[in-house]
Amino acid sequence: MSRLTKAAAAAAATAIALLASACTGQNSSGATDDATKDVTITFWHGWSAPNELKAINDNVARFEKLHPNIHVKVQGNITDDKINQALRAGGSKAPDVVSSFTTDNVGQFCSSGAFADLAPFLAKDGIDPAKTFPKPMLEYTQYQGKRCTLPLLGDAYGLYYNKKEFAAAGITRPPRTLSEFDKDAVELTKSTGGSYSQLGFMPDFHGYESTPGHLAAQWGVKYFDAHGKSQVAKDPGFAAMFTWQQKLVKSLGGFAKLEKYRNTFGDEFGAKNPLHTGQVAMGIDGEWRLGMARDAGADDLGVAPFPVPDDQASTYGKGYITGTVVGIANTSAKKNAAWQLVKFMTTDTDAVVSFANAIHNVPSTLAALKSPKLDPDPAFRTFIDIAQDPLSTTTPPSVNGGAYQVTLQDFGYDFESGKAKDLAAGLAGVDRQVDKDIAQAR
Amino acid sequence: MSAVHPQLRARRRKAALRNLAFLSPWIIGFSVFFAYPLVSTVYFSFMHYNGFDAPTWSGGKNWSYVFRDYPLFWPALRNTLWLVVVMVTLRVVFGLGIGLLITKIKTGAGLFRTAFYLPYLAPPVAATMAFVFLLNPGTGPVNHILGGIGIPAPGWFTDPHWSKPALTVLALWGIGDLMVIFMAALLDVPKEQYEAAELDGAGAWHRFRYVTLPNISPIVTFAVVTGVIQTMQYYTQPLVAGKVASGIIGNSGQQFEPGYPDRSTLTLPQLVYNLGFQRFDYGSACVVALVLFVLAMAFTALLMRRRSGFLGED
Repeated sequence: MSRLTKAAAAAAATAIALLASACTGQNSSGATDDATKDVTITFWHGWSAPNELKAINDNVARFEKLHPNIHVKVQGNITDDKINQALRAGGSKAPDVVSSFTTDNVGQFCSSGAFADLAPFLAKDGIDPAKTFPKPMLEYTQYQGKRCTLPLLGDAYGLYYNKKEFAAAGITRPPRTLSEFDKDAVELTKSTGGSYSQLGFMPDFHGYESTPGHLAAQWGVKYFDAHGKSQVAKDPGFAAMFTWQQKLVKSLGGFAKLEKYRNTFGDEFGAKNPLHTGQVAMGIDGEWRLGMARDAGADDLGVAPFPVPDDQASTYGKGYITGTVVGIANTSAKKNAAWQLVKFMTTDTDAVVSFANAIHNVPSTLAALKSPKLDPDPAFRTFIDIAQDPLSTTTPPSVNGGAYQVTLQDFGYDFESGKAKDLAAGLAGVDRQVDKDIAQAR
Repeated sequence: MSAVHPQLRARRRKAALRNLAFLSPWIIGFSVFFAYPLVSTVYFSFMHYNGFDAPTWSGGKNWSYVFRDYPLFWPALRNTLWLVVVMVTLRVVFGLGIGLLITKIKTGAGLFRTAFYLPYLAPPVAATMAFVFLLNPGTGPVNHILGGIGIPAPGWFTDPHWSKPALTVLALWGIGDLMVIFMAALLDVPKEQYEAAELDGAGAWHRFRYVTLPNISPIVTFAVVTGVIQTMQYYTQPLVAGKVASGIIGNSGQQFEPGYPDRSTLTLPQLVYNLGFQRFDYGSACVVALVLFVLAMAFTALLMRRRSGFLGED
């Protein structure tokens, strides 16, 4: 065998080496540490913007003042990849308290035992989760009855609309039902040749936050049945959502024309977001858009709950909910001390409210949602109301993260582009694929 | 059978130990960075392992899942093979062409050499993002110019038929590495051979075909083999291009859709990441890693069989 072949073999094995070297680590459980003694714990989180870092550091400083024996070493800008790696490896430098933006991964965090079960800690301190946290947030922070995370602020999705364009078109209030919404979207659309000078709404699933998961929440869909089997073909909400979306795509000019226009949009999280520039008159987005829009000088944006299907008009006010989760690493040898920090950040009303006000996220406890100290901005209050709506829903955690949502999204792209024509067969295919993926992950 | 003298035996043992000591850095490196990962990957490909719980035996379940039930595997394999065949071929031809051109330039060669080499130094993420913006069908200057001169503008990274050609254009832009290697090889061809060929009446094409090419054939083989291996591991550029073009560029918590548009930029290394680090299925990720390894070995063996010229041997 020549030297080249050996060199080639070594180069090809690099990927394998990277993969295999990550395959170590083990868990431990039980909390035996004394949280009244002097101790230093490590807290990893994903926030990175200066105002966010200041807010989280202020929160930690308040905690340290309350618990002078517990010192917190804070590490920001942490991604889920780093979290997974650290939780597998454990050791003295691994985090004790971990927060993640990816609620989809809670299923894996809980089922694998990477995060400690918080039920004993909650019970010991007499905290009833059902009386403390909003229902959708309770759902995405547990998996199959095991609560290994708690919500640390949340995100609610609603309708953003251009008030100036509404007034110019003679539309007096934001739409409440989808038929009103469709009519407004068409009225607010201004075509110029093969494109638009303004689009009422970008319905394509790549239109930033107009994903199948976010839109389907307006139908109150359930992704899995009682046995954990995918049921997107059985739940009529999914078919209704796809049918509505396809109809709107057609009425606004067709998929190809919309996609061409979408490619002129600026970065979603930059100043040139199409809602800021006026390229779209309406959009679905989270509460964080309020601050971004103001920073970009887009002061004409109004907010409201996203419209609901006509046959569910009485449920107007609901929306899609998600958020940040926080838990205790099972590898931590300081779980009792770590719990004190988790408890403070997630259940102390003043801590939750001040953090929510500072970073313009939705508070994650029922008490904080009703707190008079909460930012009185009416636009922000709209999202608070959506978060409190008992019919607001979320995407449930799964053992393989968000793979089921990607499968549904993939079908959505095929369906909106016309590549997939049979909706019922396509949704049944999604069910089969999701069930196969979950069976493989178990 | 005569008995070996004890002193001779001791000397031989000492010599063997000394040889082993000299070889030990390679043996340790080979064991730690090649043998162990390879054996581990084969082992984990037959295990159910999510990275946290202890691995459990799953037989051929991961293999059947990847080949039969995982919908991204076959598109990724097709794309990877497309890139291996088209991108590697064009890179070698283009690199050789640029190398030839620069060795022929009499004045300003240094300037052209720098101009062609500089793009290779650009970080892959930044270069890919710049290309996606330049080739944006709605706002990019390339399509604006094409439209201005009446040429139908393609969708580039937003069109499944054009995304791989767009990646190939990006790879050709960063041709500096091959250009330098080919330049060195071309300058090393003995001038006497060209003179002899000219005396025999050989034209430019025949001089290239019968003098240049045989002399640089080991370098061509090297470029093809390393190109194939690099393309098998092609990850950053298609991932970044897909993410930027799709509009989903890293909002943590959002669902990552690999291979935008329509899975056309999906490559096998992306599947290793998708399975291992997003779906927590290390066993299936190991299956894909092994497929990559086998493919790289097969391509290399095939190329070496076709041309054993890398070491200058025939």
